[in-house]
Amino acid sequence: MTGETLGLVAVAAVLVGASVLVVLARNLFHSVLWLALALVATAGLFLLLHAEFLAGVQVLLYAGGVVTIVVFAIMLTERLVGQTLRQMNRGIGGGAVVALAVFGGIAAVVLRAPLGPAPAGPGPTTAALGARLLDDWVLAFEVLGVLLVAALLGAVYLARTDD
Amino acid sequence: MLRAYLLVAAAVFAIGLFGVLSRRNAIGILLGIELMLNAVNINLVAFARAGAGLAGWILALFMIAITVTEVAVGLAIVIVIFRVRRTVEADHLDLLRG
Repeated sequence: MTGETLGLVAVAAVLVGASVLVVLARNLFHSVLWLALALVATAGLFLLLHAEFLAGVQVLLYAGGVVTIVVFAIMLTERLVGQTLRQMNRGIGGGAVVALAVFGGIAAVVLRAPLGPAPAGPGPTTAALGARLLDDWVLAFEVLGVLLVAALLGAVYLARTDD
Repeated sequence: MLRAYLLVAAAVFAIGLFGVLSRRNAIGILLGIELMLNAVNINLVAFARAGAGLAGWILALFMIAITVTEVAVGLAIVIVIFRVRRTVEADHLDLLRG
């Protein structure tokens, strides 16, 4: 077993386990903490795929930003923090069936797809990513900046009180 | 190797889908959506490694940024709903039901 295989098995186990706990935890706070672990494990997968920059972005934006604002939202909307009310709705059986069917469908396609061996040689580098972002993709990059500003302004506008 | 990454991503996607379908709380549903989008990012980066090159990374980068905006706006909407209706249980938000 090579090092990458070993790392993949370990990180994938953490990722899938944390994901299951995200959807099954009875306390929404615990859910968010498991989500943070799942997102960090995803960053680990990115590292295994030699996408170091994306792993950093993942940890900073997701595990840092998203988890923080979700925790804020829970504190603002749960009247009894830490309560363990029934978190599942009546769709739990149907949801399990649909999720299993979707996984089976994707897995069937993946397992039958004619995937060639990974190309030899180094993959993309962070330096090349930066150059391409500010060269071919500069327009999309700038539009993304506008989108971020618009979304933040919209969120502040929606969430503020009227007075 | 690519196959293994794709299967892990498929598993995370299915788990997220289950969360979206089974959670009562709107924030719990958003967490499920996060998991699903995260699975897509794993696919994109895996494809980048398997030959797609920089395009996969750039798509993943844009996905991450757009997901963050989606969460910010989504949670703002949840907070407004809570302020108006005093609940964030998706089953109780049926104003539009005829």
